[in-house]
Amino acid sequence: MPQIELAGKIYEVDEDGFLQELDKWNEEFAQAYAKTEDIEGPLTEEHWKIINYLRDYFKQFGIAPMVRKVCKDNGVDMKKLYELFPTGPAKGGCKLAGLSKPTGCV
Amino acid sequence: MAKSKTPLLDELEKGKWPSFVKDIKQAAQKSPMAEDLLQQLELSYKDKIGHWKHGGIVGVKGYGSGVIGRYSDRPDLFPNVQAFHTLRVNHPTGWFYKTDALRKLCDVWDKHGSGLTNMHGSTGDAILLGTKTEHLQPCFDDLSAAGFDLGGSGSALRTPSACVGPGRCEWACIDSLDVCYNLTMEFQDKIHRPMFPYKFKIKVSACPNDCVASIARSDFSIIGTWKGKILINPAEVTIYAGSDLDIQKEVCDLCPTKCMEWDGKTLKIHDGDCNRCMHCINLMPKALRPGKEKGATILVGGKAPIVQGALLSWVVVPFMKLEPPYAELKDLIERIQDWWDENGKSRERLGELIKRVGMRVFLKAVGLPAVPQMVKAPRSNPYVFFWPEEIQKEVK
Ligand code: HEM
Ligand code: SF4
Ligand code: SF4
Repeated sequence: MPQIELAGKIYEVDEDGFLQELDKWNEEFAQAYAKTEDIEGPLTEEHWKIINYLRDYFKQFGIAPMVRKVCKDNGVDMKKLYELFPTGPAKGGCKLAGLSKPTGCV
Repeated sequence: MAKSKTPLLDELEKGKWPSFVKDIKQAAQKSPMAEDLLQQLELSYKDKIGHWKHGGIVGVKGYGSGVIGRYSDRPDLFPNVQAFHTLRVNHPTGWFYKTDALRKLCDVWDKHGSGLTNMHGSTGDAILLGTKTEHLQPCFDDLSAAGFDLGGSGSALRTPSACVGPGRCEWACIDSLDVCYNLTMEFQDKIHRPMFPYKFKIKVSACPNDCVASIARSDFSIIGTWKGKILINPAEVTIYAGSDLDIQKEVCDLCPTKCMEWDGKTLKIHDGDCNRCMHCINLMPKALRPGKEKGATILVGGKAPIVQGALLSWVVVPFMKLEPPYAELKDLIERIQDWWDENGKSRERLGELIKRVGMRVFLKAVGLPAVPQMVKAPRSNPYVFFWPEEIQKEVK
């Protein structure tokens, strides 16, 4: 299992960099990780809103929400979502939120 | 001579069909990735299981689709295929290439990948097989510079594809190449950034022979057709009559609607009963032609078995004229996708959503009239729903 060092701490991740132990997630993890997903500078309030939303949804339902739901519930469109997370809501957003890897016919 | 490390695969170099093993071996001479791929495949032949791990999420900046991540489950044995990602490159419509375009593609892939390809993936894309994560973005950048873009993957609009149509075929009723290209450009955003409940495919065939199998392999099938009379060239009919072709037996008797008459001299078609199956035209291409008023039939719902069973697309618009800029067509696609996006469950294809809620609801939502051409036969059970507003209140 690969490991990654972020802000002085070691995390277990899979080959794609998705956090393996969800309870190890913290805000420093997300912030330190943002760089690798092409997000410059500190995470903004808009970023945190989406990240927290993804975490809450995942806690409640055990899966990541559908993209349309993310947009609707947060009042953002796809364009905005990709501005915030240039690598996309699945690869970028879910990764920073510490959700397990999206699966299926990708 | 050393013993071969791939005895099982070596068997597949025998025989007369072009051998993929030979080709991979040739690629392996300059690519360590191709060499390890061959070795891992040999192990799979031996173990009778795949040696790729489950899933993989990688990509390029700005896109949520186009790259399929893949990792070996035996990186200890085959370090060069530890990561072996696939890039889907949107193919030119109808798969017409010039050699310089293919050379550019090969140069990029020799630089960044295994050198192995699939020409082409079933959906249509040129598939670049096998590269490492750190090569994805530079490879994409080089592809862009060479004039290529990625195709679709995931819960997105997948790469549309079309038959060669008017490029080479006298039966083409619509410009399948132009329709396909136009839709691809129109819906770039939906291809690159997955936004749907599940995948959505569009395929365009320019006549009912359906050479891209759009009816079986796309959620939205566009199939060229015509209205009015099949064009008959009597002189050519006479030539066919003098050939090996038995017009009565092989053409008229096999016409599914039995709408043709042949008295040994003149061929008559009762076009009102013709269902434009193409059989007579296929057999007598020099004598018969699709009619003058051309357009397309629009069908929806085609999909593979998972979850609810395989479906062939079925008719939702019997005839639509298709001319650039295809406003009516695009509008219909948008309305259907919006309705599906709003109502579809996670991983529910369009065909399954329509099965779940019914054609009645679908047609009303996208604003299409119910017409007899949509069904093969009327329903046989009496469990008919009515819209409340359609029921007349009892008048005393
Ligand atoms: C446990 C007892 C019963 C069971 C499981 C049962 C089950 C059924 C089923 C499955 C149907 C077909 C419904 C459909 O296809 O929509 C049916 C229809 C019918 N049953 Fe029963 N039934 C029972 C008792 C009775 C009794 C006691 C009567 C009469 C006194 C009766 C009269 C009818 C009639 C007239 C129909 C036809 C209704 C129609 O076609 O509109 N059933 N029943
Ligand atoms: S689908 Fe019809 S028009 Fe297209 S290539 Fe086949 S025969 Fe020709
Ligand atoms: S196209 Fe088919 S249905 Fe029409 S006349 Fe020819 S064979 Fe008959």
